[in-house]
Amino acid sequence: MPEAALSPEESHERQGQPLARARGVRKAVVIGGNRIPFARSGGAYTRSSNQDMLTAALDGLIARFGLQEERLGEVAAGAVLKHSRDFNLTREAVLGSALSAETPAYDLQQACATGLETVLGLANKIKLGQIDSAVAGGVDSASDAPIAVSDGLRGVLLDLNRAKTLSARLKVLSRLRPKDIAPDAPDTGEPRTGLSMGEHQALTTAQWKITREAQDELAYNSHRNLAAAYDRGFFDDLLTPYRGLTRDSNLRPDTSLEKLATLKPVFGKTLGAEATMTAGNSTPLTDGASAVLLGSEEWADERGLPKLATVLDGEAAAVDFVHGKDGLLMAPAFAVPRLLARNGLTLADFDFFEIHEAFAGTVLSTLAAWEDEDFGRRRLGLPGAFGSIDRSKLNVNGSSLAAGHPFAATGGRIVASLAKMLHAKGMVDGRPARGLVSICAAGGQGVVAILEAYPAAEGGQA
Amino acid sequence: MSDKYTQFVSRGFGRDLAGRLGLPRPVELRRYMAGSPLVPGPVLVIGRQDEGQGKEPEALAAELLSWGLDVRRNALPKEKLGAIVLLLDEVRRPEDLEVPVLTAARSLRDLAAGGRVVTVSRTAESSADPAEAAARQGIDGIVRSVAKELRDGATANGILLGSDAVPRSPGTLGALRFFLSGRSAFVDGQFLTVSTASGRQPGDPDKPLAGKVAVVTGAARGIGAAIARTLHRDGAAIVAVDVPAAGDHLAEVANEVKGTALQLDITVPDAGDRIIHHALERHGSLDILVHNAGITRDKLLANMDDGRWRSVIAVNIASQLRINDAILGSPDLPVAPRIVSVASTSGIAGNRGQSNYAASKGGVIGMVRASAPLLAAQGGTINAVAPGFIETEMTARIPLLTREVARRLNSLQQGGDPGDVAEAIAFLASDAAGGISGEVLRVCGQNLVGA
Repeated sequence: MPEAALSPEESHERQGQPLARARGVRKAVVIGGNRIPFARSGGAYTRSSNQDMLTAALDGLIARFGLQEERLGEVAAGAVLKHSRDFNLTREAVLGSALSAETPAYDLQQACATGLETVLGLANKIKLGQIDSAVAGGVDSASDAPIAVSDGLRGVLLDLNRAKTLSARLKVLSRLRPKDIAPDAPDTGEPRTGLSMGEHQALTTAQWKITREAQDELAYNSHRNLAAAYDRGFFDDLLTPYRGLTRDSNLRPDTSLEKLATLKPVFGKTLGAEATMTAGNSTPLTDGASAVLLGSEEWADERGLPKLATVLDGEAAAVDFVHGKDGLLMAPAFAVPRLLARNGLTLADFDFFEIHEAFAGTVLSTLAAWEDEDFGRRRLGLPGAFGSIDRSKLNVNGSSLAAGHPFAATGGRIVASLAKMLHAKGMVDGRPARGLVSICAAGGQGVVAILEAYPAAEGGQA
Repeated sequence: MSDKYTQFVSRGFGRDLAGRLGLPRPVELRRYMAGSPLVPGPVLVIGRQDEGQGKEPEALAAELLSWGLDVRRNALPKEKLGAIVLLLDEVRRPEDLEVPVLTAARSLRDLAAGGRVVTVSRTAESSADPAEAAARQGIDGIVRSVAKELRDGATANGILLGSDAVPRSPGTLGALRFFLSGRSAFVDGQFLTVSTASGRQPGDPDKPLAGKVAVVTGAARGIGAAIARTLHRDGAAIVAVDVPAAGDHLAEVANEVKGTALQLDITVPDAGDRIIHHALERHGSLDILVHNAGITRDKLLANMDDGRWRSVIAVNIASQLRINDAILGSPDLPVAPRIVSVASTSGIAGNRGQSNYAASKGGVIGMVRASAPLLAAQGGTINAVAPGFIETEMTARIPLLTREVARRLNSLQQGGDPGDVAEAIAFLASDAAGGISGEVLRVCGQNLVGA
């Protein structure tokens, strides 16, 4: 493998070039990815920390692409459930990996959109010529979640530390009450509404009149598609086993619509309408990590690395769910129309849709909103409905309902898989195959992105 | 890394006790380390000195001198020797063996621990003269007997020259260096045939594989991981291949040797093309291919089922044949690589409960012999290494008593290390072994079965 032994002048020149060029930005390509199998919370990774899992995902990526002791431009990753001691989670993972210790890193946190946002941020840096290579990633452990002491106990402990004399210390301690001892466990509830994510989605699911059958069918397809992808070796170069797991432990290859139909609803039971959301059509709490290798075309070529897809563009949106104007997880319904308009594209111009399955209801509510005339006119400012997608292009290798959803790791899972699918597809009607990624996030946010197959004519090989 | 018994009897009380009780007294073998001397003392070069045939021994002695060795043409009294090289390529009748062999005999007791006896002679098959063939074949018996006689980790091995090779052919010198060095620690009583004058001595003997790209299958653990480490140590860039389910161990090995990990089931139809594509795209060439991946599914033949039979054949031999076909037929490989395949002494001597495994490993030997001319036509070589009892996770699961017996049943009275197998493979994969093809080298410490 050729070493990147550029002299400082050459390196400077290379990085300076794109900025100076009138044509503007260069391409950021997805070279490949790696993740560990996702494990249901309390399962195989119960004893693994976020740092352990992120390091494992990085090391698998490094091994796949021969990046040992390489100084990469930057590594960005994050976790949604994060210990305060993990303030430098990504940098610590880099230091524990086979990468050069001179690789800088930063943490990012945007709830479930964390992983995709690291991809977009780093791709932008590559496009601008600020860096030539990067790893984007994410990790989450619901098993090893941080537990905080109560505000009461915290106040006492901090004051105790400040107290100078014995009597002052005793005085501080006398403030302690039994209720202060109970710890604060994290939950996925929204701070401003007190509702869990599932209860929020149940409101939206009911609003868009999404049936139980439609949700179960989406869940069933997710399991079926993911199992088929494993069986044909799709994940052989996307995944590295970890702690005895070789597949996502949430995957149920033998599930059926009948079995899914027997599950009792868990969300929306107090809405009056029929409750439709079950453990089968909602994602479980999951542990896992993912990483995506990005680079400029030149950087990939110098190392003989594959160029699977380009990161074309991305968009974030947020909705006012607090006042009930829109559903908590509906931001992508706004982000996608804006992103497509900016790029002069319609839903018909895509070959793959990767819509993160936080809940089956989330995907179906988003699609319903896009197909709704009224929503299109009043909320999107369009002449009519935004459009509909060809459902045979949706989550064709499974998504979060089957794989599980370690919050910050989901973006990396989707981007790496989609890049591989696009590369295999190559050209469609004289243009590169195109994929849409849509990820909803807590706080009423959403991040979406467009990836395109790396031009086959310029050296793509399926 | 030697077993506990070997450590116990290697020194002090344990050594005395084993001596008094007549127990086996294995010693810690002299193994290769970069920078350490090639041999543990001067090298005595013996050749026929009558009839004015002294040229080859002199020339060989000069060559060994150029390696920085201390060379003797005549033994000095009481001087410990690192090795005895016995040049017997000119013997024509059995009587010709007497003088050189008995000259060597007088120095055998002076051989240092970890010393070497290496003969250089011609293959019996290359002579049509019965007396000459008898003399040449006699050397086989001599070497195997001396190997059993030597103690303290000393070994005896032989180099056989085909009709197109001479004592100073690169292959001869390469094999000689291998046998003299600690790289051959667990090779004993064996012969390597040098059939052609091709090959090349390495620029740097500590980096004989510099600039080469090597693919190792089954690299996630055990012998495969040791092969990856050894080839990397010798300078090669490594493509580490193993099944996706072993990907975590594979990644560790790949990161350790700074290579690339390729998660691939070698039994899939396009495995060969995927290996070639990965090696060329990522590393720019494919110079060495080590077929190491193998499985055991032991069962007495009377109880054998088709699943156990079929999977062993599919992984251990059918996949190798298919991958070799892909390599021989690839338009992207201008020169064929050096292929080394891992056979097993089970494939030579058989093993109870391993009829399927022995079929596959015997198959490897047959494949290697028949493939040599095909590889030669494209500038490549193919050889096999047949490990005997090697201390691995797999053999650690053998019941204690069976294991203890199995590991003592060879001239060195101990099991080998995975690294010992890897050293033999690294040598056969090097340019110095360019004149060696279609060979099966046993790394078994001269196992008493199937020799």
